[in-house]
Amino acid sequence: MASFGNAFSSSIGKKLIMGITGLFLISFLLVHCFINALIYVNDGGLTFNMGAHFMGTNWLIRAMEIVLFAGLLAHIIQGFRLVFQNQAARPVKYAVTNGAANSKWYSRSMGLLGTLLLIFLIVHINKFWVMSRFTGIPTTDANGNHDLFAVMVETFKDPLLVVLYVLAMVSLAYHLLHGFSSAFQTLGWNHKKYTPIIKSLGIWYSIIISLLFASMPIAMYLGLIK
Amino acid sequence: MSTGNMNLTLKIWRQKNTKAKGGLVDYKLSEISPDMSFLEMFDVLNEQLISKGDEPVVFDHDCREGICGACSMYIDGRPHGPKDGITTCQLHMRSFKDGDTIVVEPWRAKAFPVIKDLTVDRSAFDRVIAAGGFISVNTGNAQDANNLPIPKVQADSAFEAAACIGCGACVATCKNASAMLFVSAKISQLAQLPQGQPERYRRVQSMVAQMDAEGFGNCTNTGACEAECPKGISLENIARMNRDFYSAKFVSEEDI
Amino acid sequence: MAELNAHIPEGELTEKWTKLRSSMPLVNPANKRSIEVIVVGSGLAGASAAATLAEMGYKVKCFCFQDSPRRAHSIAAQGGINAAKNYQNDGDSTYRLFYDTIKGGDYRAREANVHRLAEVSANIIDQCVAQGVPLAREYGGLLDNRSFGGTQVQRTFYAAGQTGQQLLLGAYSALERQIGMGKVEMFTRHEMLEVVVVDGKARGIIARNLLTGELERHSGHAVLLCSGGYGNVFYLSTNAMGSNVTAAWKAHKKGAFFGNPCYTQIHPTCIPVSGDHQSKLTLMSESLRNDGRIWVPKKKDDTRKASEIPEDERDYYLERRYPAFGNLVPRDVASRAAKERCDAGYGVGKSKLAVYLDFKANTERYGRIEANVQNIHNPDKETCMRLGREVIKEKYGNLFDMYAQITGEDPYELPMRIYPAVHYTMGGLWVDYNLMTTVPGLYALGEANFSDHGANRLGASALMQGLADGYFVIPYTIGAYLSKELATKPIPQDHPAFVEAEANAKGIIDKFFAIKGTKTVDHFHKKLGKIMWDKCGMARNAKGLTEAIAEIQELRKEFWSDVRVPGEANEFNPELEKAGRVADFIELGELMCIDALNRNESCGGHFREEYQTEEGEAMRDDENYAYVAAWEFKEGVKFELHKEELKFENIKVAQRSYK
Repeated sequence: MASFGNAFSSSIGKKLIMGITGLFLISFLLVHCFINALIYVNDGGLTFNMGAHFMGTNWLIRAMEIVLFAGLLAHIIQGFRLVFQNQAARPVKYAVTNGAANSKWYSRSMGLLGTLLLIFLIVHINKFWVMSRFTGIPTTDANGNHDLFAVMVETFKDPLLVVLYVLAMVSLAYHLLHGFSSAFQTLGWNHKKYTPIIKSLGIWYSIIISLLFASMPIAMYLGLIK
Repeated sequence: MSTGNMNLTLKIWRQKNTKAKGGLVDYKLSEISPDMSFLEMFDVLNEQLISKGDEPVVFDHDCREGICGACSMYIDGRPHGPKDGITTCQLHMRSFKDGDTIVVEPWRAKAFPVIKDLTVDRSAFDRVIAAGGFISVNTGNAQDANNLPIPKVQADSAFEAAACIGCGACVATCKNASAMLFVSAKISQLAQLPQGQPERYRRVQSMVAQMDAEGFGNCTNTGACEAECPKGISLENIARMNRDFYSAKFVSEEDI
Repeated sequence: MAELNAHIPEGELTEKWTKLRSSMPLVNPANKRSIEVIVVGSGLAGASAAATLAEMGYKVKCFCFQDSPRRAHSIAAQGGINAAKNYQNDGDSTYRLFYDTIKGGDYRAREANVHRLAEVSANIIDQCVAQGVPLAREYGGLLDNRSFGGTQVQRTFYAAGQTGQQLLLGAYSALERQIGMGKVEMFTRHEMLEVVVVDGKARGIIARNLLTGELERHSGHAVLLCSGGYGNVFYLSTNAMGSNVTAAWKAHKKGAFFGNPCYTQIHPTCIPVSGDHQSKLTLMSESLRNDGRIWVPKKKDDTRKASEIPEDERDYYLERRYPAFGNLVPRDVASRAAKERCDAGYGVGKSKLAVYLDFKANTERYGRIEANVQNIHNPDKETCMRLGREVIKEKYGNLFDMYAQITGEDPYELPMRIYPAVHYTMGGLWVDYNLMTTVPGLYALGEANFSDHGANRLGASALMQGLADGYFVIPYTIGAYLSKELATKPIPQDHPAFVEAEANAKGIIDKFFAIKGTKTVDHFHKKLGKIMWDKCGMARNAKGLTEAIAEIQELRKEFWSDVRVPGEANEFNPELEKAGRVADFIELGELMCIDALNRNESCGGHFREEYQTEEGEAMRDDENYAYVAAWEFKEGVKFELHKEELKFENIKVAQRSYK
């Protein structure tokens, strides 16, 4: 009887998992960034809280949240497995390597960048997601929505956290800079006409998303958003 | 015997055999000519070592014109040395400066164990080819060669993939010691030719399985292999291999 | 003494092979499974033979000294492979390929063999294309051809400048397929050191595992030597560093006659020597002569740069001397002409031992055509050169890059400097029509045998011959021998012949380590090479050859008393390997000189200065030398001559003219 065999456990299968979950996370980031950017409406968080309310109550989004966590988990676990397996593929290291001659440092540092992002994610999830889903957000806004905005304002009064967030977004930018186009290559979408477009799209995406995310804590800390 | 005026310090990996512990050993060389090839510089060193009663450095080499794929030195942190698009045997001393210190190591990968000094065992590549890097056509079965027109662009693209010399620089340079560029080059060559179609999906599955069994690492698309490949084999081949692998696993009903 | 019978089938030339093939005894499939065949070498001939025999059902053991069969030196052949396909509709035919090859070989090849080669040439192309070898194509999707030296038709198939590589990888993949199926047992990093002869028949080999140093006994019902040529006897050649004569020479010492050892091909277009450090020479494909024009300055000792020498002060000497074939004369003719100009003081470059190969005229011509294609009307010279350079780059890019890498000069700007270099050896083990040597059961294929190229090989014919022997000849002819061997049980490896052969091989190795001399192996190899190049190279004479023989004998003594081989026998020891090879080269070098001295005529690659026309062309002596010189090895490095008369029944023997 035919089966999928080593479709996912082979070296290419493992890449496939990284690529698909990576692209999924990229699409999630887009939504996340859009909702968060609503703070720039600068109406005391009313629009933003509305968006957050929608995200928190729509059944489809809630269902997707489970998929999201599954994808994130798969991306993390598979990522670590790859790092260890790949290190084992070269038991004796070179005395001298000149990686800069043939590749970008962030391409070679996806494991490190990913680990930094994981540390950030633990802090981040702990700060916002746990509160909005489980422990509850203490106040409501004028529309009667949970006032997540107020939590943000409160959180980003801490300069250390602002710095952590900004650094994390730098990591994210580099992680995406490689990850975006890499995912397409892994899926086999390499084409003389489209690949250059995908590559520049990836660069723009990485920079804009990371800049937008990083600007939020800074804007709040500086009191530009109230 | 040398006629040049370059003085060099070499740090060369010496290892008696697979099991022995190796290490970098320093050698001084003088009067090296810039017109010498890198391997001719090694010839000079070895002549001197033998004359002194020492053991010469063992390294793989054969055609010395960049096509057999035997030579394999990791020079100053790069496979085949500092210049792009060439093998070690084509590297000439004019690419170095008088007074340089040059570090020379063997290819390093679990799948390429060191045999002695700078020589490694690359038979894993042969086993990957034996697993499916061919078209199953016995001698005498062929039809007239021109019965099968192949668009020039396609034939050229297959040729570019077929230019691989199996030197292993891709594995050597990859931070993961992945062999995907090598494996995909053969898969891609045959996948682009009409003759390769009957076994296309069977081939990709068996070759990838063998590659994995040999202990090579996984590809993370850093692109180092493409940059260091002396024959300029493109990453497009890896993408094509990935596509074919997915088709084989998720579309084809054949089980390998 | 074995009888020198070439076993050429009866009948019309065009019918010989077809008839023989259909009347050849067969071995039934069940019997094939119990018959073992040993193949030494994994180049075009070896890989194709091993793969095909395994496909047929024989049990095959294949040996190569490299780390992988894919690295055999066939891989370095650049230009192409001939086949009488007549795809270009320019009047090619089997007969014409046959005729060109016989004439190109200066009427010193066996008619029947060459005709068979021409017959199967078309099958080779079909077979390789079926294997997925990406030969060059035209826009219509059909195969492209280029022209090569010594012919007036376009019959050369190619894959950029890497034809040998692509054909070898095709044969290699066929071989790996059989290895994967367990039908071929592959022994890489193994070197054959002895042929084992039992009751007058080749029954096995002694091979040294190069990694462990262990001597291994391997038995078989037949042994195929596909071990290539011996150009490295000259030290500097276009051969790979490891290419050697050892397998063929050990066979010679066990009774296989050596045919025409003095026929050496000196290739006209190689990159000149740059200094004493040089370890090998690099070929610039003959295909370049399609588009390059060869010239030297008309003025002696001209020190001007090539670009500063005006058109009317250039001597396009090949076009001048040979108007009909021009730059596409055969290799021997082109090489001698280059030597003649340089010896006369017209050479270029620092060493003055080089001539120019200039692409300018054709670059401009291609540019003009390309401009037309791109709808650029009345293009200026610069545009033409720019566009033309693109065309040249596509055709020969890898060769130009290689030239730039080695010389440090840009061949797109300056003309290439080239000089002849040792490239191929037409001589080799004497074989009959079935490719069997004078030792029953011992065969020689490809460059290792002497058979098809006479005194000079035409360009793009080596690949053709290697694959013809391996894919299409031996699989049939070996049946004639093996069908009589069905009763032969597997040969016991403790047979006294194996014991003796192994002791012999071990004895030589032990001797090397016992000498503890002062000079490296390379020292002797370089000395031998110099003697050979000076006195048995492009031009030879009786005085020089007599001196060379004495010098080589002296060198042999010195070698066996003063060579230093470091390390040990039971480890990976490339110096030991080299020592064994050079020891054999020294003996071979002497035989080459003896053969050259014996042949009092000039033919093809063998040019005796005493025998030339007033215009300096080779002068054959068909009356006295229309024979194959097959030498038998005698105790104490002595050689006895046997002759195989060459009969030309289908071709009129004439003085070769390319004018």
